[in-house]
Amino acid sequence: MALPARISLLVVAFLAVVAIGAFVVLHYLLYNPAVEDYAAGVTPNTGAVVHVVLQEDPQNTVSTHPDWVSYFIQNPQTKAWVHTTLFKVPAGSRIDMTIYGFDGCTPLRNPVWGQVTGTIGGVEYVNGKPMSQINSWSGCNVGHTFSIPGINLNVPMATPSNPNANLCGTSPCSPATTAKNLYKVMTFSFNTPHATGTYFWQCRVPCGGGFVTGFGGPMQTLGFMTGNMEVVS
Amino acid sequence: MAADAPAGAPAGARGEPNHGIRIFIPWLILSVIADVLIWVVWGPHLPPGDMSSSASSQQFDIKVLAVAAAPVAIFVWVYFAYALIVWRHREGDDGDGPAIHGNTRVQATWITVSSVIVLAAFVFGTVQLVVPQGAGAGEGAQPIWKPSGNALQVQVIAQQWKFTYRYPQFGGFQTTDLVLPVGQWVEFHVTSIDVIHSFWAYQLGVKADANPGVDNVAYTKISNTGTITVRCDELCGLWHGAMYNFGKAVSLSAFDTWAKGTEVKLASVTKMLPPYATTYDPTMVAQMSKAMVAAGLGGGAGLYYPPTDPLQP
Repeated sequence: MALPARISLLVVAFLAVVAIGAFVVLHYLLYNPAVEDYAAGVTPNTGAVVHVVLQEDPQNTVSTHPDWVSYFIQNPQTKAWVHTTLFKVPAGSRIDMTIYGFDGCTPLRNPVWGQVTGTIGGVEYVNGKPMSQINSWSGCNVGHTFSIPGINLNVPMATPSNPNANLCGTSPCSPATTAKNLYKVMTFSFNTPHATGTYFWQCRVPCGGGFVTGFGGPMQTLGFMTGNMEVVS
Repeated sequence: MAADAPAGAPAGARGEPNHGIRIFIPWLILSVIADVLIWVVWGPHLPPGDMSSSASSQQFDIKVLAVAAAPVAIFVWVYFAYALIVWRHREGDDGDGPAIHGNTRVQATWITVSSVIVLAAFVFGTVQLVVPQGAGAGEGAQPIWKPSGNALQVQVIAQQWKFTYRYPQFGGFQTTDLVLPVGQWVEFHVTSIDVIHSFWAYQLGVKADANPGVDNVAYTKISNTGTITVRCDELCGLWHGAMYNFGKAVSLSAFDTWAKGTEVKLASVTKMLPPYATTYDPTMVAQMSKAMVAAGLGGGAGLYYPPTDPLQP
């Protein structure tokens, strides 16, 4: 091979290696989902009410892992559903949270997480009905939880009334076009701390099917079943 | 060096000072000072403190080992300094030192002292495991060293990424709060329902692995009220760094009030829990079998996961 060709080949190979390295760093190591900003325009530490809306789906057809269960967050301005689990809320405020539960049931491995804790009044409202606990071992009635350990918040997510019906199959699911018996609406309120900080949240149902003890994959990946609530002022 | 002295001749014959005494005296003085300082000044502040029997025994162990190690380290430093000062190369002295063919007294002393230190450490370590009932370490499901009398049983259930605590002698309620009494033996039963964790109650000097399917027992007796920092000490996943909580040690009467009150408060939640057991198999939970089979989940027959899922390593 001629010298110019050899040099060209070497340069191309070098650039390819650099490009692969850069792709790995940017795509896997530095990638974070979008942050939905519910703090914009809200004065912190005034007890202002902020309405945060999420949904949990049996799949995530807008990602590279379509068979992973997933949460979505509604953009506060556009109302569009965003494939992320990161959101920002103001400090010292009251969060009124609505979560649409489209996924089916998986019993809690530790049923103690069927207890509602950390909410105002110690209850969540499932389709408007107040509940302080749900026994996930007594029937097909809990799909996930929404838990923020840093503020002792734990809310079990109820499952659709008809467990044998076909669940929503395309993410993000739409409450407007889905039959009422194919999802549940959970509402609850909690107060954010006055101190700023980042509080991780997670699901306590080991719903990472196909992984050891169900706690791999979506359970350990931002944008699916765990995320951050950033409290700002 | 006295290059003209005959090889192997005694030091006195060369008119040299008694180096042994000149090293021994400053070593002795410095060692006594260091040991007193370690025991009296530094010792009470050594980790993990003295909040419990196991913590106290660990602090005592560290004090004893530090007191034993200090003279050894000081001997090395004194000898090093002495050699630098006394046996340094001097201007115009280019001769070789005397040839040395061994010294029976030095060798015998070296072997004897080393043996005594190692054997003493062996005996001391064994006694210090037996006397404080395992010294706060997990002893497995069949502990060798148990305290006498009735102990308060507290089950530590590790799960990603939270510890929960179950009190079987109070109706088996489970809570995220760790509250313990002063003056009573506590019997921890440490287990996990997912991956490997480690229960580390720092101020209590208790550290026990939390393995799925394993009941790891550890004992301690708390002597002072205060805050207990609990951390997971085994890398266990994405939020391992956030797997900590703060417990508290309270008086026996305050604990009794808290436990009985919590038992009543959590009665409805306790009804949802499986019967108390020393382990909870994460791959098979018989109590939920009926619900799972009805929902068409898992592998049936109580298997939590379908047979296609990977097994617990």
